[in-house]
Amino acid sequence: MRPAIMEEVEALRGINSVKIKEASEAGKKVVGMYCVFSPQEIALAADAITVTLCGTKQEPIEDAEKELPRNLCPLIKSSYGFAVTGKCPYFHFSDVLLAETTCDGKKKMYELMGKIKPMHIMNLPQTAQGEEALELWKNEMIRFKGFLEKQFNVEITDEKLKSAIKLMNRERSAMKRLHKLNAHKPAPMTGMDMMLSQWLKGFNVDKEAGIELIERVINEVEEQMSKGIYAFDEKAPRILLTGCPIGSGSEKVLKILEESGASVVALENCTGYKGLDVMVDEDIDPITALAQKYLSTPCSCMSNNNGRLDLIERLAKEYQVDGVVDLTWQACHTYNIESFTVKNFVKDKLNLPFLQIETDYSDSDAGQIKTRVEAFIETI
Amino acid sequence: MYSIGIDVGSVAAKAVIFDGKNVIAKKMIPTGWSPKESGIALYNSLLEHSKIDKNNIRMIVGTGYGRIALPFIDHKVTEITCHGKGAHYLDADIRTVIDIGGQDSKVIRLDEDGNIKDFLMNDKCAAGTGRFLQVMAHALEIDVSQLSDIGRGAEPQNINSMCTVFAESEVISLMASGASKESIAAGLLQSICKKTYSLVSRVGAESKVFFSGGVSKNLLLREYLSEKLGVEIITSEQSQFLGAIGAAVIGFKK
Repeated sequence: MRPAIMEEVEALRGINSVKIKEASEAGKKVVGMYCVFSPQEIALAADAITVTLCGTKQEPIEDAEKELPRNLCPLIKSSYGFAVTGKCPYFHFSDVLLAETTCDGKKKMYELMGKIKPMHIMNLPQTAQGEEALELWKNEMIRFKGFLEKQFNVEITDEKLKSAIKLMNRERSAMKRLHKLNAHKPAPMTGMDMMLSQWLKGFNVDKEAGIELIERVINEVEEQMSKGIYAFDEKAPRILLTGCPIGSGSEKVLKILEESGASVVALENCTGYKGLDVMVDEDIDPITALAQKYLSTPCSCMSNNNGRLDLIERLAKEYQVDGVVDLTWQACHTYNIESFTVKNFVKDKLNLPFLQIETDYSDSDAGQIKTRVEAFIETI
Repeated sequence: MYSIGIDVGSVAAKAVIFDGKNVIAKKMIPTGWSPKESGIALYNSLLEHSKIDKNNIRMIVGTGYGRIALPFIDHKVTEITCHGKGAHYLDADIRTVIDIGGQDSKVIRLDEDGNIKDFLMNDKCAAGTGRFLQVMAHALEIDVSQLSDIGRGAEPQNINSMCTVFAESEVISLMASGASKESIAAGLLQSICKKTYSLVSRVGAESKVFFSGGVSKNLLLREYLSEKLGVEIITSEQSQFLGAIGAAVIGFKK
């Protein structure tokens, strides 16, 4: 049985877009962000609202393809499509945009997007290893802080940064606790609801209200668990989903997995648990603490990215998974290439079945994916 | 008691009756436009042809892309699992199945018990499948079944496009430039061979290697593949029925 509070979570779809309009009209500044590498804390310390703009829908891709190559990852095309069509209220109300030089496709797309709205690009190092990488990233934090101070004509003090760090850590730990509910066998929540809760929270204007809502979801789910109510039965194969980010509109593979009887218990991707794993150190210089936290994100755009394997291993154990599915968007070279490393690691080291699915946002291959997913489940 | 396995593919619908030991009847018809209707017609004609009473059928298992459209089946199992079980039934030493059907191609690795160890399927396009050969044969104005005989012994033309649409244009250009039908036929089979080789290489080809699906009837392609992979590739008269046999075997054990 689905927790009743999920209706309240789903209602955020309508509420969030009204709230962002009201806040913007009341003079609040909005910073649109594209990635889990974006230090939300700095924007919050500038008293701005942060929203996640990463495109997860097929709808604007056609328009994006007027300017971008067709053979590009759907996430990049969708993000750009929303920017050029004006179909996304969150993009519309964003005063400034923040992006990072993650993958090649994104950073070149941002050059075009930067012509539409004021945009700040953080130069992300290509590796997370070594003092130099951290120094560079620290300087990028300072540069972004300077950008916002100038744009919004505010001063971002260490005190404000520290309180934003505390707030974001509270949000992370609430989300983390929500995810951890599904470590229970059987899982109390569907992977779809887990994804949706986190995705919708990304557009939430009021951080405190968002944390409070997540805590109420946790309470209700825990109450259901105490009554023995779960989303799946004990026999459902438990899946860890890794790979490219997903959201509402790009949930195809997650949905097919659960419709085929699997319980997706762990979402390792950056729209799931990846960004929640490490907290920001509250006891050191805030800029250093932020640089450390965000640089530790185990994304495939980093070379090397062994942190992802460590995280998969930890989650696979903690969530008692029976198989790993790696979703890669078409033309996402970094995740596509890394899939071979992940496959070998999962099969040889973790001794778990592994399936890679390469697809886009469209439904054109849903039938083939269903066959592959069902066959994968039959092997578990 | 008997079980029935029914495999409704994109081009052909296949069904068999299994008595726990042997396949005692089999039938194949073109799928046509309605997988549901051809599935029902096939089921009825199989029963009629075998003279077996409906009441003696314990279990019907459906597979293939049309499995979701069959109202009369007890279970549906994916064609990947069914091909594995079917191959294991035919020869318990089979460890790799290469299946090329009308709209997909797949490679399946099996363990000693016929369980799936790993598998790979082509992506959503028709490159390297039976449909590709059908379109090309049409462009050459021959029947798809003639490709192997016509191509044998010819020096293969290099065909670069893997996309069915682009390859057809390439074939037409080659014909216009005076290339022989024989060399184009051989080139087409070489291009499928290369595509299949790259799919197989990703999961590995452990002996024995079995070739199934409609395209396995193409002898020259089988020879090309065997040479390229450096392993012997076996097939069987029943190879097109592999999925249906696997479904029936699974059904009998349920």
